[in-house]
Amino acid sequence: MDGNLLRGAILVALIIGFAGMWIWAWSRKRKPEFDRAAQLPLEEDAVCDSSPGEREE
Amino acid sequence: MTYNDKVVRQFTVATVLWGIVGMLVGVLIAAQLWIPALNFDIPWLTYSRLRPLHTNAVIFAFGGCALFATSLYVVQRTCHVRLISDKLAAFVFWGWQLVIVAAAITLPLGITQSKEYAELEWPIDILIAVVWVAYAVLYIGTIIKRRVSHIYVANWFYAAFIITIALLHIVNNLSIPVSMWKSYPIYTGAVDGMVQWWYGHNAVGFFLTAGFLGMMYYYVPKQAERPIYSYRLSIVHFWALISIYMWAGPHHLQYTSLPNWLQSLGMVFSLILLAPSWGGMINGIMTLSGAWHKLRTDPILKFMIVALSFYGMSTFEGPMMSIKTVNALSHYTDWTIGHVHSGALGWVSMMTIGSLYCMIPRLVGKKEMHSVPAIDLHFWTSTIGVVLYIASMWIAGVMQGLMWRAFNDDGTLTYTFIETIAATKPYYAIRLLGGILFFGGMLIMAWNTWKTMAGAQPVEVEAAEPANWDSSAAAEGAKA
Repeated sequence: MDGNLLRGAILVALIIGFAGMWIWAWSRKRKPEFDRAAQLPLEEDAVCDSSPGEREE
Repeated sequence: MTYNDKVVRQFTVATVLWGIVGMLVGVLIAAQLWIPALNFDIPWLTYSRLRPLHTNAVIFAFGGCALFATSLYVVQRTCHVRLISDKLAAFVFWGWQLVIVAAAITLPLGITQSKEYAELEWPIDILIAVVWVAYAVLYIGTIIKRRVSHIYVANWFYAAFIITIALLHIVNNLSIPVSMWKSYPIYTGAVDGMVQWWYGHNAVGFFLTAGFLGMMYYYVPKQAERPIYSYRLSIVHFWALISIYMWAGPHHLQYTSLPNWLQSLGMVFSLILLAPSWGGMINGIMTLSGAWHKLRTDPILKFMIVALSFYGMSTFEGPMMSIKTVNALSHYTDWTIGHVHSGALGWVSMMTIGSLYCMIPRLVGKKEMHSVPAIDLHFWTSTIGVVLYIASMWIAGVMQGLMWRAFNDDGTLTYTFIETIAATKPYYAIRLLGGILFFGGMLIMAWNTWKTMAGAQPVEVEAAEPANWDSSAAAEGAKA
């Protein structure tokens, strides 16, 4: 096969993959999972609760 | 089950220690550029040997230990699980310290491969590869054993950094040893140059960027007490950043014997890189949206937000400098040095310092550092230090570039090279002052860390409960 055709095909596949990744990340279905994941750094350690307090928004 | 915080504490102390050592060497060589006699005619104190010692110490000892400490802290907290092996963790710590000591001995002795940021000779390279693979097993093994269904975004960045550095280090250091302390690369000519800067630029992209973005994605939300601005953006940020960075290396070789199309390719990818870089910066800074008032009272957040601002500035400056016509002016001048330190001091160091101030009290069961005003003092000395450093190098660099390319009507050069050096001298003095200020800030940090950690009981932290929210995603209140 022509090398340039293959290069073009790879480029198109990458562009589609990139767009697909945006759609995947922005899909409504995944929002609850991401919302909970985003809370992970805010958890405080069990033994020494060293947070300065107020966690409410 | 508890967390293994011993290795985190060890790497944290090592970070502060090696930061001081590495920056002290930086201050010395900055002074030598101003007053060359400061090498005292001692071979192992010459600029040529101490410069790689400085870069290796600040990147791999200071930055490296910071990445080890924070990544091993973050992976346990976000995966709700202890590191898979205490013995492996100890091996990674002591192995890495051995690498640092070996570098600190061999580089001043003049033992070098002469590849920038990959100066260490083959026996040390093999040791690095072994320790790094152990680190990868420890880190990724812990992710595999995780008790949280989701892999938090910081772990993605840290894992990309670990995997890519293994690849870069091994490929770039393939060489044929001719004696115990001398080897020659298997690549020749332009290929050697290209492999070296594929390595060199991705050392910036994955060691000094992806790794520290992992740090940013955990410690900025932690300190701001708010979740990251957009988790979705962080996913796009991750994939865009790691796929584009790989191709930007040729911009280090503009107008060399590298094929011209490859130089242009490196420039184009560097320009595209602005988008994911700024996406990440905006994501970090906007995390404070609605809580900007915290910046008034919290010097740790000041460190983090200023770090992100410097990240934004240097990732704008970098693509601009990769443009061939700009590069024709900037390359080989001190502008490059200013750019690097805008990233290394402004972004990497300040993000590290902020994250460490956030983490150190937690490692010893305290609410905050021994002295919060000392953090504020550290913040201002560092910030003024960076500004003096990069502003002086910008001016010096542009001046050098313009003087070097100035021609007389008859085609001869307007300035001799020594005239450009003489013109640069005052700026070297200002840069030295900036470096001393930044170094002084690290001494304040060492004192504050000592007062916080010395005598404190190391705490054992109970690992958090398993969390699987694939099905029970609605349970929002469970966190409070």
